[in-house]
Amino acid sequence: MLDLINIFVKAIFIENMIFAYFLGMCSYLAVSKTIKTGVGLGAAVIFVLGVTVPVNYLLENYVLKEGALSWLSEDFVTVDLSFLSFIMFIAVIASIVQLVEMVVEKFAPALYGALGIFLPLIAVNCSILGGALFMQERQYSTIAEATSFGLGSGVGWFLAIVAIAAIREKIKYSNVPPALRGLGITFIITGLMGMAFMAFMGIEL
Amino acid sequence: MSTEVKDAPVKEAKIKEPSEPLFSKKNKKLITDPLNDSNPITVQVLGICSALAITVQVKQAIVMSLSVLAVLIGGNLIISLIRNIIPSRIRIIVQLVVVAALVILVDQVLKAYVYDVSKALSVFVGLIITNCIIMGRLEAFALANKPWPSILDAIGNGLGYGWILVAVAVVRELFGSGSLLGFKLLPEGFYNFGYMNNNLMILPPMALITVGVIIWIQRTKNTALIEEH
Repeated sequence: MLDLINIFVKAIFIENMIFAYFLGMCSYLAVSKTIKTGVGLGAAVIFVLGVTVPVNYLLENYVLKEGALSWLSEDFVTVDLSFLSFIMFIAVIASIVQLVEMVVEKFAPALYGALGIFLPLIAVNCSILGGALFMQERQYSTIAEATSFGLGSGVGWFLAIVAIAAIREKIKYSNVPPALRGLGITFIITGLMGMAFMAFMGIEL
Repeated sequence: MSTEVKDAPVKEAKIKEPSEPLFSKKNKKLITDPLNDSNPITVQVLGICSALAITVQVKQAIVMSLSVLAVLIGGNLIISLIRNIIPSRIRIIVQLVVVAALVILVDQVLKAYVYDVSKALSVFVGLIITNCIIMGRLEAFALANKPWPSILDAIGNGLGYGWILVAVAVVRELFGSGSLLGFKLLPEGFYNFGYMNNNLMILPPMALITVGVIIWIQRTKNTALIEEH
């Protein structure tokens, strides 16, 4: 249990998707103009990461990895399909996003109203595929670990986008040099926030 | 704006000039525009994710730009060839499959010929699939244009992405480790006088700030790009 909490906290603060790996920057920059949209997209990312990382974990361990197909028959012990992982992961992500969108629309119309427009965007958010690829690279030993990594990364991303949205709402009232307005200043603020987050780096969990 | 920007398209055009009216004024604009006025990184805000993470060294940045350029050209060409037979409802999945197949090819080539760089790029080669530049250009351009302009658009955007990447990497490698492409540039004497490499440059946050400063410089010179907050 302690392991799971460790992975979760580490994914939020130390290995934050935005500040340590710059994943999902495109939507982070585009959708962070107001807190409300930031919260919507952030919640959708937590949700999708929490679902796709475990599914891709199963795919990786029972289909793609070398020897993963051995449950099928002894003949497949040497089969290594890992070169297919990109295409499989992205196919899983695209179809899960589509599925999630339909399920949410049917059973939780209010949530759909809030997340609706963001869900399709998420299929091409780098942080989702990034989550799957990091999961593959770090070789988590159980599906619970992979899930807590997925959820933790999502929460980290959520925190980052809400924080930058709040700062951007305030910065409207400041006198920023004209050429830096908009994109430029957002980059620099994110850099400064990244430095603040580096304070967590030395912490061993 | 820098000389490097002006040189690139000229060279490009000279090499291919003999292929007759293919390089009309409009087509040339497809290549030169993304280098400055509609640069994918600093103006369209596409493809930031990978741009920042792999700019610690110039070599990685060059390999990454070439990979993206290759995938972009291939993807734009294929999508623009089959643009009339893709049902629009499933176009995103079709695009992802085409791009993912191309990225697998690039990944295997990198693993075979430049294994150390491929290791250093780690997951970021795979992330070319979701690089917003690729999807963005497929959606915005290749789906609505003929193959030849699509290729030019891909080359333009790939180069526009590449020069920002290399520029950021030059700054970070020069100040972060005192070298360029792995060669030591700063003489030993510097260090004897107490000069030190700025280790902060190697860490992620400085990539963001470097890009921020590049945007600042670009917009100071090109005032049409300035935003209202």
